[in-house]
Parts: sequence; structure tokens; C-alpha cells
Amino acid sequence: MGYSMPTHLDDALSALARHGDARIVAGGTDFFPALGEGPAPQTLIDVTRIDGLRGIAQTAEGWRIGAATSWSDILRAPLPPCFDALRAAAREVGSVQIQNSGTVAGNLCNASPAADGVPPLLALEAEVEIAGPAQTRRLPLSKFLLGVRKTALQKGEIVTAVHVPTQPDGMVSAFRKLGSRRYLVISIVMVAANLWAREGRIAGARVTVGAASPVAQRLPALEAALVGRPVNDPGLTRPEHLAPLSPIADVRGSAEYRQEAVTELCDRAIRQALAHV
Amino acid sequence: MSERCRIILNGQPAEATPKVGERLSHTLRERLGARDVKVGCNAGDCGACTVLLDGAPVCACLVPTQQAAGRAVDTLAGLRDSPEGRALDARFQDHQAAQCGICTPGMMVSAIALLRAVPAPDESQVQDALGGVLCRCTGYRKIIDAVMGRPATLSGTGAVGDAVRRIDGAERVAGTTRFGDDIAPPGTLTLRLVRAPHSRAAFTLGDLDAWASATPGVVATLTARDVPGQNAFGVIPGFVDQPVFAESEARFRGEAVAAVICDADATVDLATFPVSFTPLPAVETPAEAMAEGAPLLHPHRPGNVMTGGFVQCGDPDAALARADVVAEGHFTSGFVEHAYIEPEAGFAQMVGDRIEIHACTQAPVMDRDSMALILGWDRSRVRIVPTAVGGGFGSKLDLSVQPYLALAALKTGQPVRLAYSRVESMQSTTKRHPSDLHVRIGATKDGKLCGMRFDGLFNTGAYSSWGPTVANRVPVHASGPYHLADYRAEAQGIHTHCPPSGAFRGFGVPQSAIAQEVLFDELAEKLALDPLEFRALNALRNGLPTICGQVFEQGVGIGACFDALRPAWASARASAEAFNATHDGVKRGVGIAAGWYGCGNTSLPNPSTIKVGITAEGTVVLHQGAMDIGQGANTVIAQIFAQALGLPLSQITLVGPDTDVTPDAGKTSASRQTFVTGAAAKRAGDALRAAILHRLNAPETAEIVIEAGQILVGEARLALADMPADTEGYVFRAEETYDPPTLPLDENGQGSPYAQFGYAAHLAVVEVDLALGSVTPIGFTAAHDVGQAINPLLVEGQVQGGIAQGLGMALMEEYLPGRTENLHDYLIPTVGDMPPVETLIVEEPDAHGPFGAKGLGEHVLIPTAPALLNAIYHATGARLRSVPVTPSRLHAALKALT
Repeated sequence: MGYSMPTHLDDALSALARHGDARIVAGGTDFFPALGEGPAPQTLIDVTRIDGLRGIAQTAEGWRIGAATSWSDILRAPLPPCFDALRAAAREVGSVQIQNSGTVAGNLCNASPAADGVPPLLALEAEVEIAGPAQTRRLPLSKFLLGVRKTALQKGEIVTAVHVPTQPDGMVSAFRKLGSRRYLVISIVMVAANLWAREGRIAGARVTVGAASPVAQRLPALEAALVGRPVNDPGLTRPEHLAPLSPIADVRGSAEYRQEAVTELCDRAIRQALAHV
Repeated sequence: MSERCRIILNGQPAEATPKVGERLSHTLRERLGARDVKVGCNAGDCGACTVLLDGAPVCACLVPTQQAAGRAVDTLAGLRDSPEGRALDARFQDHQAAQCGICTPGMMVSAIALLRAVPAPDESQVQDALGGVLCRCTGYRKIIDAVMGRPATLSGTGAVGDAVRRIDGAERVAGTTRFGDDIAPPGTLTLRLVRAPHSRAAFTLGDLDAWASATPGVVATLTARDVPGQNAFGVIPGFVDQPVFAESEARFRGEAVAAVICDADATVDLATFPVSFTPLPAVETPAEAMAEGAPLLHPHRPGNVMTGGFVQCGDPDAALARADVVAEGHFTSGFVEHAYIEPEAGFAQMVGDRIEIHACTQAPVMDRDSMALILGWDRSRVRIVPTAVGGGFGSKLDLSVQPYLALAALKTGQPVRLAYSRVESMQSTTKRHPSDLHVRIGATKDGKLCGMRFDGLFNTGAYSSWGPTVANRVPVHASGPYHLADYRAEAQGIHTHCPPSGAFRGFGVPQSAIAQEVLFDELAEKLALDPLEFRALNALRNGLPTICGQVFEQGVGIGACFDALRPAWASARASAEAFNATHDGVKRGVGIAAGWYGCGNTSLPNPSTIKVGITAEGTVVLHQGAMDIGQGANTVIAQIFAQALGLPLSQITLVGPDTDVTPDAGKTSASRQTFVTGAAAKRAGDALRAAILHRLNAPETAEIVIEAGQILVGEARLALADMPADTEGYVFRAEETYDPPTLPLDENGQGSPYAQFGYAAHLAVVEVDLALGSVTPIGFTAAHDVGQAINPLLVEGQVQGGIAQGLGMALMEEYLPGRTENLHDYLIPTVGDMPPVETLIVEEPDAHGPFGAKGLGEHVLIPTAPALLNAIYHATGARLRSVPVTPSRLHAALKALT
């Protein structure tokens, strides 16, 4: 019972084990809107002061982004161009206020189809580090996100970090978000494009689309089509490239619109990224 | 288990014992007295509660208080006493960057954080920093100007025509203005409402007493049975049909069926309240509601027709038949939410055998009279003390929290408070009427209009509210400010199982203007005429009858508005052409539209009374009953009064619209306060001046000085302390009433509905991303005939704010019950969506207006949406007939072109 703010991960895990109904809270930017005017859970475990949970560190295998790292932390961090899409997404998360509070892991755990952070992290082939009572495990982000508001996080577990592996040399990236207004807007669709080139030709590509399927999706057919194309002529996204998507109609736009907007945003994101090769 | 939590609040140690998971905004406001932190949404969507946490702006509503333990929390109250804070405070006042003031603390705190990091920010940096704070009044441009430190355009000392600071601007910028939820002391009983979750539902209540006594924190419950007088309210005689509590059937999603009175700090889960709802078949559009066999919302209104309005002159069918060109179309629009940043809130207490209600309102005297009927009391037992209003735009003309507060105070004998959540505010209060319009307009080869027919259905929702006004106003205005000899317009309000549609800036005219002004563009095109010149050719002029047969011999300023816009029109069209010649994926377009609006009630009395007095100490008191909802009535009425009296504005002391001490200045609606209350203030100033001059036997032109308890006129001196004071302490007083001269409309809508109209024309420039269908407005030029600008800065503020609302209506706003009941699914423009606005003030004086002034509050958004639609057409060739034009909808329209 109560609000606990452990500084050690073990304490957080044991509190979680003791209170089956405990909820984890970090930035609060999804927690409170979901709560509305209803009563708050009686046991809350605040993970923002756990040692090692906040900040970005370069490791032997890439980068470790602590779970409670805020979007503003991402914006301020000295990161190479392969992170440009993630940084652009960070700037598009809600508003300055939301970016200062909201955390990277919170964005993943909330598992919204329109989570701005997901496409860039998928395009970086990020992995989610999960601490549990018995062990710490890692899952590719694509395996962590299971559906709308559904993740692979088990009872008693806490997401502790996001690992971004070392990226191919020279990777560039870009992020495009489409909304009905300038700030504080839930995406109609968004695209992250990470690419790298060798000798004037695209050597590899990862293109990811959010808000056009229950979980953001890579577009393998498009990625395959891009490889080998000249950097200054990457070709156009075609309908068959979008097979993994299943856009829905809602207040933000029709399914058909989403499909066509994705096509356009893919082309724009790819060209924007390639401009920096 | 709650534990003590220590923070550093505005540099000082502070401690509180928040509940588990309590929002920092709540702790600050209710446990630490920081009422300068405003709550607009509790979801991070509006930014009103922005504070600095260790120097970084955050939404206090999204921070668990415990997370702030040991950290520095800075609110406006602390930050304003810093170099950045003091400088920004002055600039906000100089630019009138605060209108209602409810978003101002969030804006100021965000801006101070920016200025600490970037002392001289550019516009895009300002937009990025303020993008998380919504403002519904200003259109953001004055805020940007203030943060950037652009030069202000102040002038004079407060005479009519001077651009001076708002007289209540200092407190609004300081965050000390008290709004609806800022009155109740901590510890006050709190009211919560139980609302229907379906469009239409039968419901039965369980054993409320048993639930109340078994549920910790519950003091009492309220239902329809607790209403001692009539369980109904409304604003139009004959249309008082909305229950305080539904009795057995709820007619819209969000309708109140019961209330729970809770201890101040109680956690009560309303999900346990004993009520069961049975959904019933609902009708949600006029078509469904008018279908045969449709359930009737009100048994005495067959076909669910609430009422209608009608205007006819000449022979429109014959005129349309002989017209050389005809444009016609079917136009639709959806519900639009007022989305003021202050949800409805208030506080009430019994004082002796009287009830005293402190709440945000646009119509204190109407509130008093309605409450008297609900309570079954004489109205002398009801006192309405309006709080500051954090935006109104028409919806706070109706009762909201007031009946519940009064009934709860009556039942418990204790003070109570109630603040709607954002979702409740959106679900249960009035909306702009969805419209379904069929319109035909003809013209002859010489460019003259030749016949118009207008048939409109307006979805008025479950209850009447201001629906009858919309039905009446639209036919009177649907011609636009043009001369049409042959015209027929009919509008009907249709009941549905939707939230009540009511008053929203323009009473249906913004919707009808879309149809009329878009069709005018089509007529101009068919005639190969310039859209501005076609309008100017047909513009109403002095001496020409309106479609109601009213002839104004003076004051018709629409032609002057077109004249004012002509240079901007020519240059903007040329620039767009040049841009389009060199761009493929994006195209620019320039659109124009005009509007008019009758100021005051339609053919009905709507007097305002102003009382003024001078005390024995020489204080000049203005009892200012016109609710200042951010538009600036406090400043306008005071400037008019001071000018008439012949004293400086700085010498006027205001007493606000408390129904015990201030006479009725009518409601703040219908663009009537500057005109009607202003005229009363001028008369009161004239009368007080005459009384003084008479007493001193001085000529009419004499200069009056009041200083040190004396009145000085020339050589004459009058010691005020020597004069007998009345019961209110006044040694001089005056009370004057003004009611605009109108004549009733006959069965064909012919008559003199208004003593004056105001006129407007807007030019909009847009950039359209053709592949994505997204529209970016890049500039507006707005010409407004205001007769006489009492305070030009206030005029600009109204224009910019109105344009922002028109922009929202045109491009992004649509309220869908059950789907867009919050400020992240219902989108209003942010600081990044509002381009620069050039305001061209046109002054065609009106004989009835004080110093020639006309109303303005609603004119400011009427031309905006059609100007944008016409600009989109100019850019793309796509004619849109439904708003909002979302990217998805425009994209579909662009595809249909190819």
C-alpha cells in the first residue's frame, strides 16, 4: 500500500512481488489521462528514481537508454545521425511539458498504436530489457509489443532499459509525423526511415510505420526494394509495399487516407534521410 | 497510506500530505494554496497547470505529487518576481496577451522557462515552447508578440479610441484573478454528478440512502426529487425544457441523473453508485429525428421540430428562374465545442435564508431568475456573484453547475463546490448547432444578385437552450451583408438525442455564412468576375433595404470593409500566383468572405442599466454589470463612461456584476455589450456629468477634476464630504438604461430586428499540401467595421481570437458524442496553427452606438471559415461543402477532382 519511490531495482521488484495490484508509474503522461477522475490505485511504484534507470550510455554493443529516460533527455543527448528519427519523434511527443515528463519505456509499455517513439526504435532494431523476480531478459521491441495496449511484460516485471545495437556505418534516419494540427496531436500516421549507403547506392533500409496497424510495422518489401537503388533515386513506395499495414478509419482519418498518406510519408522520410548520406 | 511530502515551492519549503497518486496540480491548489495553477483538462492536453519542476516545464496534472518530493516546484506566483517574470508581465499587459486569463499562468510559466534558456527567441522557438498550452481567446498572436518583446502599440491614457492596457489586466497576468473553482476554501464539500452513459436511456435509481450511508465520504445524494421548484431550466420563454436532473429517461449522453455530495478529501468511486441504465433507441441526426415513427424528445413537439424561423421578401423563385447563373449546394457542419480552458465551476452557500452562488457565467441576472424558479423561491432570495470567467463564447449563458450547487447547499446547509471535469464539460454543456443547409443563389450577367433560397436544418439536441435564437437569427442573416430583393430563408431546429446545441459566437450565422459565401465565389466564377468585386457590387449600402425590409440611412460599413481589403487582396492573389508558378506539390490560394451581424437581441427588448456614483471621498464608482468573459467589457465600458463623464480612466473604480449591488446589464451575448451596455454607460456618464455641472452651475463644456475629496470645475470647488450621502454612500449618483430600438418581425420576417449591424470581410491565404490534403493557413487580413474602436487593441484581440475559432471550425473541430470528449481527440488550434493576422479597423459610425461604436464579438469569426474554404478552392480547385476540412476529407476531395 502507498506510494513507493525505490532507488534500487531489487526494492522495486520486491514491492511489485508483494503487491499484486501495484501499478508502475513513471512520467505519468499516460497514467493520469487513463485514470481520468476515477480513484487512483492504492499501490504505486514510482520507477523514476531507481539507480541506472535514467540516462543514455554508450556500451560495447551500442547504446543503453534507461527506461525512465525522458523524451527531453533524448533531445539533448549527443547521438549520431542514426538517431535523428528518434530525436525528431521526441520533439513530436505531445508538447515540451509532455517531453519533460514522459519516458521512453512508458511510451512502449502504453502500447498505443500511435506511440511516436515506436517506429524509430523499431527502425533501430531496439531491444527491451526487462527485469523480473527471477531473471532479467531481453526481447526485440517487435516481440515486446503484442497489440493495442498489449505487451509481453509479465506480472512482477519492470522494463529497465531499451538497448539500441550498434548500427551499420553511415546510417541516416528521418521521421515524419502527420497530424491535424501543429502541436499536441495524436498521429494520423507516422514513418521512420533509417538507411545506409555504400558507393552511392542504398545498402540497407529499415522503414517503419506507426498508427496504421495495431502495432507499428516494418515494411520489408519496401526495404528490399530500396536496397541497391541509387541514393539520389530511391524509387517510390508502392501499394504492395504496405502489405503489413491494416489502417483503420477513425476520427483522425479514413483507412484509405491513411494508406495513401503512408505512401507519401515513406517517400518523404526516405528522401529526407538520404539527403544526409 | 498517505505520507508527508516536502517540496520547495517558489523557493520556500512546503509540505503536504497528498493521497497516493495525487496529482501535483491538486496538491498545489488544495493543500498548498497555489490557486494560480489552473486545471483545464487533467490530461496534459491544455497546459494551463504548467509549473516548473526543477526548472523544466511540466503539466502539474500529470505529476504524482510524491514524485516532486525534495524538488523545486515553481508556479507563476513565484516566477513573476524574477527579471524575466517582471519583464514578461509588463509585455503581456502591453500587448493584451491575456484575455480571459485562464491559460495565462501556463503561458507565462512556459514562456519564462524559454526566456531563461533563450533570452531573445525567434517565433518558431516561441511556438515550440508554448505549443503545449492551449488558449481559446487570443488566437495566440498577442502572446507571441509579448514573449518576443515586439513593440506594443499602446496609445493615450484611456479616452475613447485609445489603445490602453486592460484595466483588469494586471491581476489576470499575475494569475490572481479568481475563476469559478478558485473561490471555495479548502475543506469545502465537493459535488460530483452521475451522468447517463448512453444517448438515450431509461434509468432506475437504487437505494441511495443505503449507498450513501455505506460509502465512506458520501454526505448526501441529490436527484430530481430534491428540486423544490420546477425541475426545468432554459433561456427562452416557452422553451424552458431542460431538467436539472433527468427523471426517468436521459435524453443525451452525459445528462445528469443524480449528484453525490462528498467530503472535501473523499475518494468516492462513482462506478458504485446505485443506478441502472437501459439503452433505448436514439435519434442523432435531423434526418433520423424527422423520420416517421421516430421517438419524440418532447411529446408536444411533433416531428421533433423545436421551432423555426422564416424571412421572405420579393419573389425568390421567379428571380432564380430569370437569373443567368445559379449556384447551389448542400452544406453540412458538425457540433463544435466551445472548449474554453476553464471548465464550468462554482461555489455556493446559504446565507440566512438566501442562497449565494459564485460561478462562472455570462448572464448573472438570467441565472438568478432561473434559479428562483428551480428553487421555487422569490428571486430576492438568490444572489449571483459571478467569478471571473475563463472563456465563455456563448456556452456559459446557460446554467450548468449553479442548480446543483444551490440544491446541495440547501440540502446540507453547508457550503459546497463543483468543478466539471473536462469530459463532463464537453459532454453536458451546449455546442454549436450542426447544420444541414440547402441553398440556391442566382445572379444576372451584369453581376447583380438575383434571388436566393435557403433551407436549413439545425440539430438542436435534446433541449432547446438557445436553439430558437439560432432558428430565428439564421434567416435574418443568411443573405450576408448584401442587397437581395428576392429572398426566402427558412430554418428549423430539430431535437435529437444529442447534447443541447445553444449559443456559440454567431448563433448559427457562421454556419449559414459558409454556404452563402462559398456559393458567392461560385457565382463570381461563373460570371468571370473578381470575387471581391462581385461582392462589392452587391454589398448593402445606406438607403438599401435588408432582406427584412429594414433600411439603414447610415452606418452600413460593408462596402468600406471591401475597400479596405482591396490592396491586400490584389497583392495576395499576385503572390499566390507567383508561388504556384514555381511549386508543384504545394499550392497557395487566397479566399475572401464577408459577414454581418445584428447587435443585440432580435426584435426583443434587451436593456442594459448602468449605475454610477461618487463617494464622499471622491471615488468614482462604476457598477459594471456587463460580464467580462475575456473580451474586455470591463475596459470598454469604463473607457466609455470615463469619456462621457470627462474624467481620466485611471480615476474609475469598478464594482462588478453582483446581483445584489449592480443593476442588470444583460447577458454577454449577441455582440451587445459594447453597443447596449456601452450606450447605457455613456448615458450614465452624461447624467453624472450633468448633475455635477448643474450643482456647480458650470457650462456643459467645463472640465471636471476630482481630487482630494473635492470636485473642481474652473474656480468652483465642492467638498464632497459636506454633501449628504445616500444609503450606498454616494453623494452623486446616476442610473441610466438603454434599450436598442427595434421593431417586431411580421410573418414574413419583415421588420427592424436590430438597431445596428456590424460588418466584416476576411481574406485568408492558405498553403495546401496536395499529396497529404493538409491545409496550412499562412495569413489573414481582416477588415472590421466597428463604428468606433473604443480600444483598438481590444478590437485586434477579438479579431485574432475569432479567426482562431473560425480556423478551428473550418479545419479541425468536430465534436462527436462518445468519441471526441476530451482535448486530445477534439482538436482546437495551437500556437503553431495560427498565422499572422492583419486587422484593418474600419470606422463607419453608428448613430445608436456609444460614440458611434458597434458590436464585434461574433462578427470576428463569421467570415473566417468560408474565406478559408474559398482559399482552398483557389489553391486546389476543390470545392468543400462540409467542415471541418480535415486532411483526410480534403485528400478525398482532391482525388475526386482527378
